[in-house]
Amino acid sequence: MINLQHVYKIYKLGNNDVYALNDISLEIKQHEFVSIIGPSGSGKSTLMHILGCLDVPTKGKYFLDDIDVSLKDDQELAYIRNKKIGFVFQGFNLLPKLTAIENVELPLIYSNISQKERTQKAIEALSKVGLENRLYHKPTELSGGQQQRVAIARALIGNPPIILADEPTGNLDSASGVEVMELFHKLHEMGNTIILITHDSNIAKQASRIIKIMDGKVQE
Amino acid sequence: MNILFAYKMAIQSIIDNKIRSLLTMLGVIIGVSAVIVAVGFAEGSMQTITNKVEGMGSNTVTAYITSRSATSGVTMEDLEKLDKDNDNIVSIAPYIIKTDIVKSGKNSKNTYITGTSSNYEDVQGTTVSSGRFINDNDITKSLKVAVIGTAVENELFPTEDPIGKEISINGVKFTVIGVMGAVANGAEGTDDDIVLIPITVAQRVLKISQITTFMVSASSKETVDLVMSQVQNFLYKIYNDDSKYIVFSQEAILSVLGDISDVMSLVLGSIAAIALVVGGIGIMNIMLVSVSERTKEIGIRKAIGATNKDILVQFLIESLVIAGIGGIIGIIIAILIIKFGIGSTGLIEPVYSIPWIIAAFTICLTIGIIFGLIPANKAAKLNPIDALRNE
Repeated sequence: MINLQHVYKIYKLGNNDVYALNDISLEIKQHEFVSIIGPSGSGKSTLMHILGCLDVPTKGKYFLDDIDVSLKDDQELAYIRNKKIGFVFQGFNLLPKLTAIENVELPLIYSNISQKERTQKAIEALSKVGLENRLYHKPTELSGGQQQRVAIARALIGNPPIILADEPTGNLDSASGVEVMELFHKLHEMGNTIILITHDSNIAKQASRIIKIMDGKVQE
Repeated sequence: MNILFAYKMAIQSIIDNKIRSLLTMLGVIIGVSAVIVAVGFAEGSMQTITNKVEGMGSNTVTAYITSRSATSGVTMEDLEKLDKDNDNIVSIAPYIIKTDIVKSGKNSKNTYITGTSSNYEDVQGTTVSSGRFINDNDITKSLKVAVIGTAVENELFPTEDPIGKEISINGVKFTVIGVMGAVANGAEGTDDDIVLIPITVAQRVLKISQITTFMVSASSKETVDLVMSQVQNFLYKIYNDDSKYIVFSQEAILSVLGDISDVMSLVLGSIAAIALVVGGIGIMNIMLVSVSERTKEIGIRKAIGATNKDILVQFLIESLVIAGIGGIIGIIIAILIIKFGIGSTGLIEPVYSIPWIIAAFTICLTIGIIFGLIPANKAAKLNPIDALRNE
């Protein structure tokens, strides 16, 4: 499913090269529930950007579903993000002026799916996260936990092979955090591949496998 | 992404930011209405002048004699011969015109005293609205009768029927026998501001023996040019010098007026179009602010699969819709200004130039696209990682 081979991400800072990712090789199989843990500055955000096809490696190969992502241009990366990856962010990142259902539909708009099918799929996705009676609420009318569940529904709607969650409980109170984590477990049971990025070892422990990142290197 | 959906999003975004959208549109609204009103004003005033020229009679040829020789000149007999010799000439009306004061009791007015013949009505294409016109008997007997225009009637006889009343010109008394129908709403200085008397009487009272002007009506529009050359030949035989008279047809004036109108529209329209360009710059400024404000939104959209092109189209359509709505509001305002502003004065015809309305709207949309390109491109090029980090 995911195969990183000797991936480097190098930033230039003046005359110095900064190795944000320093020779990372890892493999994540289908239906796995993996957490990537590391302190801030460890390179885990950079790794998430590369896994999420928001960025490409400076060096090395990244195969996603046997596609070599490191060779793709902006337009192809946008297509891959749309089809293969469902993002869940720490700050929810919902569009504040759209209703829950409109937010969830958004990925399908960019893949030219008809209004009827969009609505149907969005209701389905919102039902999976238990928000079928909050379809027409705007994000500001929902609690933090509910907003994050809308974001998860948006990640699910296109039925992508990978759900990539970046500190999904970071902005939530503990009760909502537990709820969201239960939801990830449920999704995992339903067959989704989940990659959870966090600095919280209690959260990371809940995954079936933990990948530790430190100074741009994997310490499994 | 579906274009229709992009329009829906643009309209939603405009509604969500009503005040800002309206302020953005203001420049375009002013620009579009300025173009249409300016051109409407130009075409309207030319239309008014053209109507007056057309009111002179459609198939007429006018001859002004500029020579002021006391001994030679065109006589009534010459004109009768001209009429008789040319089948295409329907009738000829001679004029002796002088501005002078006409009085009735305490009222007086400075007006055009015009000596003419019974052909006046025919050539001018007008008739009396009450009483009768000057006839051949009045001319041969040199009767002191007068037909007045509505502007003179309003001034001298504001409350009573002027028919049968006396007026005096240069101390000579005339009996009013008719009132001409209004041709220019009784306005000053027009064909309504006139006192018509028999030409034979005018020669003595105004102390002008020569005919100064005459108008010839041709049998049809097609024969106007032929009649014009016949009149020119006729005058050349008398004066042997073509600088002593001017002969022109209404057609010639109308064609010149048409050219003037086009130039005026172009000049005024182009000046007003500057306002449209300024409006376009306004759109660009606000759209640039909008892109900065919505950096996060752009990041989210890109993360879930929007391509650079999707984002470009979204912002381009937004500026296009702003320009389009602004343009439509501008057109409505322009029509209201022309109808209730220019139209209500009664001096200038309210004219809505459809080609210019279309042109102004098209320019407006083009400006929306051109000035929308820079902000839209900026939005499209945003790096999704940086955009997502933006709070």
